[in-house]
Amino acid sequence: MEKFKNVESRPVPLNSAHVDTDQIIPKQFLKRIERTGFGQFLFFDWRFNDDGSPNEKFILNDVRFKDSEILLAQENFGCGSSREHAPWALRDYGFKVIISSSFADILYNNCFKNCILPIILNEKDLEYLFESTSNFNDYKLNVDLKKNLLADNKGFEIFFNIDPFRKKCLLEGLDDIALTLEHSEKIDNYEKAL
Amino acid sequence: MAPLTLFEKIWKKHVVHEEDGKPSLLYIDLHLVHEVTSPQAFEGLRQAGRKVRRKDKTFATMDHNVPTVDRYNIKDPISLQQIETLSSNCKEFDIELFDLNSPYQGIVHVIGPEQGLTRPGQTIVCGDSHTSTHGAFGALAFGIGTSEVEHVLSTQCLWQNKPKTFEVRVDGKRQNGVTAKDIILSIIGEIGTAGATGYVIEYTGQAISSLSMEQRMTICNMSIEGGARAGMISPDQTTINYLKERPRIKNLENLELLIDEWKNLASDKGSEFDKKIILNADDMAPQVSWGTSPGMVSGIDSKVPNPKDIEDSVKRKSTEDALNYMGLKPNTNIEDIKIDTVFIGSCTNGRLEDLIAASKVIQGNKVPSNINAIVVPGSQIVKIKAEKLGLDKIFKDAGFDWRESGCSMCLAMNPDKLSPGERCASTSNRNFEGRQGKGGRTHLVSPVMAAAAAINGRFTDIRSLDLDLGEY
Repeated sequence: MEKFKNVESRPVPLNSAHVDTDQIIPKQFLKRIERTGFGQFLFFDWRFNDDGSPNEKFILNDVRFKDSEILLAQENFGCGSSREHAPWALRDYGFKVIISSSFADILYNNCFKNCILPIILNEKDLEYLFESTSNFNDYKLNVDLKKNLLADNKGFEIFFNIDPFRKKCLLEGLDDIALTLEHSEKIDNYEKAL
Repeated sequence: MAPLTLFEKIWKKHVVHEEDGKPSLLYIDLHLVHEVTSPQAFEGLRQAGRKVRRKDKTFATMDHNVPTVDRYNIKDPISLQQIETLSSNCKEFDIELFDLNSPYQGIVHVIGPEQGLTRPGQTIVCGDSHTSTHGAFGALAFGIGTSEVEHVLSTQCLWQNKPKTFEVRVDGKRQNGVTAKDIILSIIGEIGTAGATGYVIEYTGQAISSLSMEQRMTICNMSIEGGARAGMISPDQTTINYLKERPRIKNLENLELLIDEWKNLASDKGSEFDKKIILNADDMAPQVSWGTSPGMVSGIDSKVPNPKDIEDSVKRKSTEDALNYMGLKPNTNIEDIKIDTVFIGSCTNGRLEDLIAASKVIQGNKVPSNINAIVVPGSQIVKIKAEKLGLDKIFKDAGFDWRESGCSMCLAMNPDKLSPGERCASTSNRNFEGRQGKGGRTHLVSPVMAAAAAINGRFTDIRSLDLDLGEY
């Protein structure tokens, strides 16, 4: 897996709560048998009109947030279906960091497998980020995973919590299966005792 | 020893490796695979030159893409490729597959229990969030992503952070017509769609233990809609009676020993949950969802909410967006909502008891010609058993389509889908925007409520029909 590096970007404020994985990547795109190429379908039904033209009202189509690598969302981001196509689409589109006040469990886990850092902030700090990125055209947020530090160019700084083991896996791009195979003997022994 | 909950007992027994500051490596007893979330996992194995560690603990079926009419003629070339990819992967890695030719094919969460693959005390995973269904047997069962599918195929283990525990106790006795679906929708309405995030739920109380196995599956199935990692119910005599008749269980040499073990699998007296709520089934009404999230539900005897009455700004906006999408006005009586389509099926409500109960409502009635109504049995076994009881005839005589088994309109990956604006009474589990087809409007209900809506063209309080639904 690729290694997670520092990210600096103006975050996209997706002002919706309980964004489910059916919205992140609708079912008609789950039929592919590859892991790649899902970015073009991200938020498809919100991003495009019926005739295929971009929906100008949708925040991802706002030129101010073009090429953003950080997504802000309201509570319970990624609920619903377990489809890993959701983080595949988010990452392929270009998002490396997602910030919300809470995430659904399965999507949260799936992010770490795909070099996406999900950050949980309290509602007040999240609200500050929503307002700042909406109001300041020069707004930039810097994410430093090594230091657990979020800092913007307006003087705001906050340390975020992240499981140290998951942090290490992201920073070093560790392969889960390879890590597990280091414990092969224990798995063998467990099976022998079954 | 300190008293443990059912979840803690299963967890403890399955830890292969643990150390401070890291997730635990858990052993997985049963891995179920379907065509949508597995191709990339098998591809990963191939690229790394890895094998499937325990093919005897891995079973596959095709359900999500399968057409329910003319099932051997898959017209969508990408769906067909996904189906064929599963067949070739199962062949290459030597995994037992319940394919379209199998008499046991069906929705993965219907056939696991039906065949007796699902057992108490197991850890069960599948690349599908509704894996929580299997918790009805006192198993720890949860959905995983495709990377984790690959991990389990290769190692039969999974890294997991230990979830917290949540007891949801439902006391009392349901009224006739109030079903397991209404209990779980009421629970989600109460705790919210993120109410159990980070937790494993154990459902307890008289209103739960009095349910049949199929109804318990309906409850555990929708645990994920409350955000829970898993949902479980302690095994009891009802569980044993169901299991000992299963094809993969009934001839086991050590069955008596297993039954003893299963009977004793329960949360210890005095064990503590991290969180607890108590509800009462006595005054629960049949539920109808009105919004775009499974927590947005009301009793049949109440109204669509008014966003103006909601103080919290995020919640108010969600409600406004939902009503806008659903084409509903605030304060509309639920019973005044007219429907276009009825879908009876899915891993939530596509089992034999669901179809029997719905048929009692349908029998001798006609579906109005402007309403499109379909029944999709959860598996081929369910279909055949239902046909033996003559249910297909009851449904067809009333004007329903009687289909082949699969996930169908629950997620509309196959040709069964809603058109924009089409309003559906659905026995499935998710009413997300576009879930059943772009622009489609889903109302989640029980099978008997869906059947009553089919006949009357609008939501109807099943209790007012005064039918004896027995234990359902």
